[in-house]
Amino acid sequence: MAKVIVNDIEVDADAKDNCILAARKAGVEIPHYCWHEALSVVASCRMCLVEVGETKPDGTVVMGPKLVPGCQTPIKDGTVIRTNSDKVKTAQQMTLELLLLNHPLDCSICDQAGECYLQDYTYKYGNAASRLDEPKLQRMDKYHIGEQIALFTDRCVMCTRCVRFTREISGTAELQVTNRGSHEEIDVFPDTPCDNKLAGNVVDLCPVGALCSKDFLYKKRVWWLKSANSVCTGCSTGCSIHVDQNEDKVYRLRPRDNPLAQGHFMCDEGRFGFKYIHDERRLRKPKLTDALAVDAGTASKSAKPNGTADLNFAEPWLDVLTVTRNKIKEAIKTDARGFVAVLSPFMSVEEAYLLASYLKSLDKKVRLVLGRVPVVGSDDKYPKGSKGEAPAPDKIKFTIRSEKCPNRLGVEMILRHFEGDLVTVEQAVARADATAWYFVGGYNVGWVTDPIDRGVGKPSLLIVQDIFASPLSERADIVLASSTFAERDGTYVNHTGLAQAACGAVRCPGDARADGRILMELAERKGLYNAMTLRKEIGKAIPGLAAIAVGDLGEHGVKVTPVREPILF
Amino acid sequence: MTTKKSKTVKWGEEPKIGWWEAMYLPAIAGGLATAIKHAFSGRTTTRQYPDVEPEIPPNYRGVHRLNRDEEGRVKCVACYMCQTACPANCIEIIAAPAPKDDPHWKDRDKFPQTFTIDELRCIYCGMCEEACPVDAIELTSVYDLTGYTRKELIFDKEKLLSVFDETSTAGKDPVRTNRGALGPASVEAATASQGPPPPGRGSHG
Repeated sequence: MAKVIVNDIEVDADAKDNCILAARKAGVEIPHYCWHEALSVVASCRMCLVEVGETKPDGTVVMGPKLVPGCQTPIKDGTVIRTNSDKVKTAQQMTLELLLLNHPLDCSICDQAGECYLQDYTYKYGNAASRLDEPKLQRMDKYHIGEQIALFTDRCVMCTRCVRFTREISGTAELQVTNRGSHEEIDVFPDTPCDNKLAGNVVDLCPVGALCSKDFLYKKRVWWLKSANSVCTGCSTGCSIHVDQNEDKVYRLRPRDNPLAQGHFMCDEGRFGFKYIHDERRLRKPKLTDALAVDAGTASKSAKPNGTADLNFAEPWLDVLTVTRNKIKEAIKTDARGFVAVLSPFMSVEEAYLLASYLKSLDKKVRLVLGRVPVVGSDDKYPKGSKGEAPAPDKIKFTIRSEKCPNRLGVEMILRHFEGDLVTVEQAVARADATAWYFVGGYNVGWVTDPIDRGVGKPSLLIVQDIFASPLSERADIVLASSTFAERDGTYVNHTGLAQAACGAVRCPGDARADGRILMELAERKGLYNAMTLRKEIGKAIPGLAAIAVGDLGEHGVKVTPVREPILF
Repeated sequence: MTTKKSKTVKWGEEPKIGWWEAMYLPAIAGGLATAIKHAFSGRTTTRQYPDVEPEIPPNYRGVHRLNRDEEGRVKCVACYMCQTACPANCIEIIAAPAPKDDPHWKDRDKFPQTFTIDELRCIYCGMCEEACPVDAIELTSVYDLTGYTRKELIFDKEKLLSVFDETSTAGKDPVRTNRGALGPASVEAATASQGPPPPGRGSHG
């Protein structure tokens, strides 16, 4: 620890901190563009110029004669940082005036407006007038930078964050600076667009509106977006994310800094992989077969020739859940060992617990198995070498995992608690002794493989709780239309055993419902679904998950299991 | 309610009502006298609308219009400022990248694919034209807004542009926002060849 004095505020800073980090600990903002925690230091934007001095052994403070870049200046015990002197303020004003010399000021049509550091810093530290007496340099936009990235060249402030990202984090080095002086531009080599799997991050890194995501371009002004803290469900890395939505439509996902999970970034697969949330083919209402609808006493309302009975118009779930509950109890009474519930690794810990504890409370002999764990290829590690090879294990900065589900560990822990040993759905299907199935899906892609489809066959009871139609849901007795990660609260345990809380951002489409709500009502539990209360209950009930008993997992989440492998981003 | 007495504010007391005023009859007689005076003055103040249309001042805040630029394109750059400023939430814009292949649009980045104003929901406060950085939206002196259905009065982009065409040819440009030309700030900037090119022009909108 080192004692640092920032604007007469004394703080304990880490000896490895630079001036920006030390000042941040004192609650003082040092504006900066080119510096980023995860990238190397270049000190090129000159926005973070501050006065730095040191405390001599006799207690006198000696300030340096010149302003120094705060990002590049390490601190030591007794360092004095001044950010509010006239000298610093003048420097900030001049730097901003220079950065704005050729900036087009087209904020009205710029996607970054509202979350733009040039806007914010100009407002806070800048000078309103420009003394430029010449026409501004205007440069051509570059839509060829990448499949997902457009470059609005004249908005660029040449911080080179994007260039350093492709060199240091993705290792693919597509982006570079061409030309010199006022003619500097970011560009790619001919025919080598920036299409690596982490490319979307350069859009987040860009402090101004130069690099824009083509996917989000002109879709929404950022001040309309409401953000929810969530977890990416694309792979078992479990990147912390912001889900940005407006009027129940998710517009983009952004990575959320989490040193425990993935660091600062996320991959494009996750970033742009949320589109299935708004897929037209989502299941929008629960469904019973006609025979069951008669049971529910709603046959009088069914006039549809296509086989689906119309349920209670106002409360379609009321009948469905009653019938489901009765059928489950009936099936368990006939053959408890033959009742198999398949818990998908896309379920949250709470949902898995609700279903498992409900079924086990009906009969201990009910079998619970783990749903299909989708694995695609092998782990994709970054930064890549010059020939695209994976980095040495100690150099890994980001990993896209091959296990394409968010919560295998969490569901496994629930299953081990209730079931003892872990059985996968493939094994359960192979045994072919089940008479009733309760499938939970929620996968972002189709998951019903041929062996599962054939193995399930035509059981006496088939319940499917899923978001998309599948061969199983087509012939299911009961279909419960459920939700995606963006529509529900819950906890996901990632590959290192980090339990992170995800918050719902939007409502389910149509009459679909969040899984938690379905299961709460199915289990006839009192009250509404509340992830925090359930976490407390689960933490008390399951020793392995004791850590989540705190309820509020915070922004970074808590570790639930001892880490078996070193954390590699 | 507590009021802080400031030295700059002069506080007056309510006049005391005497027995004469308390009878109220003098006030009633005074009122009757005024009414009779007007009845026989020979001056009519009844407006003969709709036979005679009233003179509407040019700063009247009536139906909106969307201005066109010199090339006849919609001037709006789809910045959503009006939608943001609108207290009645009656404006809805869907933006799209300008068709870059079309030479007619090549100097524009973004344009409104749809621009809808619910004229029934609007409270005609004029915040939208105040917010507009390119003077694209204006309230005209068109006041007689009628329709058979509510849907008819939800104006889309074409309808709003047609209001511009009608009002500009009829010489009924509103006065607040320089009649479709850019504001004084941009004019100053242009004459002094200083500062940014006005938004909506130039290669970056």
